[in-house]
Amino acid sequence: MKRVITVTVINQSGVLNRVTGLLMKRQFNIESITVGHSEQTGMSKMTFIVHVEDEQKIEQLVKQLQKQIDVIKVNDITDKAIVMRELALVKVVSPPHARSEINSIIEPFRATVIDSGKNVVTYQVTGAPEKIEAFIDLVKPYGIKELSRTGATAFTREIQKVNTPQLSILK
Amino acid sequence: MSAEVQTKQAVMEMAQEPMEQQKQIQPMDGSAVLIQGLKDQGVEVIFGYPGGAVLPIYDALYKDPIPHVLARHEQGAIHAAEGYARVSGKPGVVLATSGPGATNLVTGITDAMMDSLPLVVFTGQVASTVIGTDAFQEADVIGITQPITKHNYQVRDVADLPRIIKEAFHIASTGRRGPVVVDIPKNVATEIFVTEEERTAEVNLPGYQPTTTPNYLQIQKAVEAIRFARKPLILAGAGVLHGQAMAELKTVVETKRIPVTNTLLGLGSIEGTHELFLGMAGMHGTYTANMAISECDVLINIGARFDDRLTGNLGTFAPHARVIHIDIDPAEIGKNVPTEIPIVSDSKEALKALLNQEFEAPDTADWLTYLNGLQEESPLWYNTDEHEILPQEAIQMIHRITEGDAIVTTDVGQHQMWAAQYYSLNNPDHWVTSGGLGTMGFGFPAAIGAQIAKPNERVVAIVGDGGFQMTSQELSLLQEMRIPVKVVILNNGALGMVRQWQETFYDERYSQSLIPVQPDFVKLAEAYDLKGYRITKKEDAEQIFREALLSDEPVLIDCRVKMLENVYPMVAPGKGLQDMIGVKSK
Repeated sequence: MKRVITVTVINQSGVLNRVTGLLMKRQFNIESITVGHSEQTGMSKMTFIVHVEDEQKIEQLVKQLQKQIDVIKVNDITDKAIVMRELALVKVVSPPHARSEINSIIEPFRATVIDSGKNVVTYQVTGAPEKIEAFIDLVKPYGIKELSRTGATAFTREIQKVNTPQLSILK
Repeated sequence: MSAEVQTKQAVMEMAQEPMEQQKQIQPMDGSAVLIQGLKDQGVEVIFGYPGGAVLPIYDALYKDPIPHVLARHEQGAIHAAEGYARVSGKPGVVLATSGPGATNLVTGITDAMMDSLPLVVFTGQVASTVIGTDAFQEADVIGITQPITKHNYQVRDVADLPRIIKEAFHIASTGRRGPVVVDIPKNVATEIFVTEEERTAEVNLPGYQPTTTPNYLQIQKAVEAIRFARKPLILAGAGVLHGQAMAELKTVVETKRIPVTNTLLGLGSIEGTHELFLGMAGMHGTYTANMAISECDVLINIGARFDDRLTGNLGTFAPHARVIHIDIDPAEIGKNVPTEIPIVSDSKEALKALLNQEFEAPDTADWLTYLNGLQEESPLWYNTDEHEILPQEAIQMIHRITEGDAIVTTDVGQHQMWAAQYYSLNNPDHWVTSGGLGTMGFGFPAAIGAQIAKPNERVVAIVGDGGFQMTSQELSLLQEMRIPVKVVILNNGALGMVRQWQETFYDERYSQSLIPVQPDFVKLAEAYDLKGYRITKKEDAEQIFREALLSDEPVLIDCRVKMLENVYPMVAPGKGLQDMIGVKSK
């Protein structure tokens, strides 16, 4: 199963290495990881998307992360109401005669053109990872010259549904 | 005059200026502050080895001494520090140089990590300006030790050093203990402190707050489970020793009439002769202890981590038991064995809370009778030989002569298992063995550290002929410091456990496990000006052991034992605990 984990860490050198090293040592597969400064000075926020077999494994992951001295807080927010966004830059083969066609079919994605050349256009698209996937599938037939994704970042929404299911250890 | 010296002078002048108005500040450099910091932490001894990158630190040590044990190899130094830490409970302090000095420590750091031993390891590093350039004797110690330490630091600025020293000792010796590495670039060791504030910076660890007291509700749940148990069992691990909860354990065992078994590292948490003690459990545990685990209805794990050598096949481990697990490390709970009642706590606090509940003892009379029967029926056994000395006999002799009071250290392998089975310990913190990592060459240097921590105790290193040769250079320490460690080599001319597995699982194909050519260990001892004994005849054994072990001098005993002897009983890999081979019933 896919889990979304957010980790607040002290922002000092080596901390990213510590966290990813731990995941490697304990044989966890990271699908994506994003890191950046948070609202508190000296603290960074990481968002992971990991694939795990079962709840026991994710419990281990959360506990092992919590043990790290530089880790302040770990949350598995998968089952909560969350906002999650990823950004992708997609360079699509787009000769002049096909350009308006592409533009019209991708319109619902609200992607923006941020660079264009004679035969290629670079789109910027943001949204949940599934939306990015859908966008990529849509433009793939035209030919993708280059693709770069940031990985998802996320946090919980202000209003939560009542009785959000949670992992036993976080209760 | 170099730029560095100029700045130093300028800084010293600056530091001297306000002397009249304010309190006098002695200019100190990183090295001097390090030594001062160690003294403030109450460090009695440093195990180390000098080298280029730690020259400033060794110079500071020369001017402001702390007793230093100069091992002959960094691995010897760190295993000695582990032995010191295990018997004293205090963090062992290690100092080594950059590059090879630091990489030679890797085995010991990992060993301490696996067995939760508090160590603070200082390594030199090349100057900050050349880090990352593949400089002479540069190694990425932080990268290398990151997965094998509880935490590690590289000191980038001398102003951080006092705080880092305090944090390193705090992290190593609280919560679940473990090794902390502090990597000090050479220039940091010579930089001068400017302000007093820098030298008195305090611990600041917002991400480190180990839980040491139990949750009341969980304790109540545990009480309910124990009260109505008919076949309860306590599994006492090293957490009992780390938490110094021996008295509380004994009270629980005796007042509630609950039998107790140990992990390898938990040995000594209750005396080996206690009527409710079933012996060690696990791969080479006693039949009774393993059957007790397989049949109990409530299993109370206190500070053990359900290691695979203890549990055997997890699918059949304690199939009837409700599991209560007390551990200071929440990540250990539920890691291997599903746990019904998790109690994150220091072992002493948890047992105290349990005893405070003053609940009625469960009715365990039938259970105890049954277990007693098993003990009578299927005790540990071996066949004696007319001529050859059995290793088990040798250990029983050592036990008899030292009356079960010695501090015993071991490596890993057959001799370790026999020592665990046959050296019944009277006292806690008298058992020093490499459990999790299973490090050959651990036992002898660990004995040196243990003896330094407890100069008045008798320390016996029981080692194999293979493992001893991995760190035998430390005989120099016995010679130099006259440390009265008794080294007993159970010499079977083979890597016994490897050979046993080859015999059992590889049709006796003894691939590289027989060592017919060996040094003359007695002459080796003599080369270091130590008394060496050789025991070859059965009839001489007792008398030679007696003379050697009761001497006040360091001695080495080369005891020739039967080569083809196997450790039994045994749970074969992949099998469940109830499935033991080599059990002999009367």
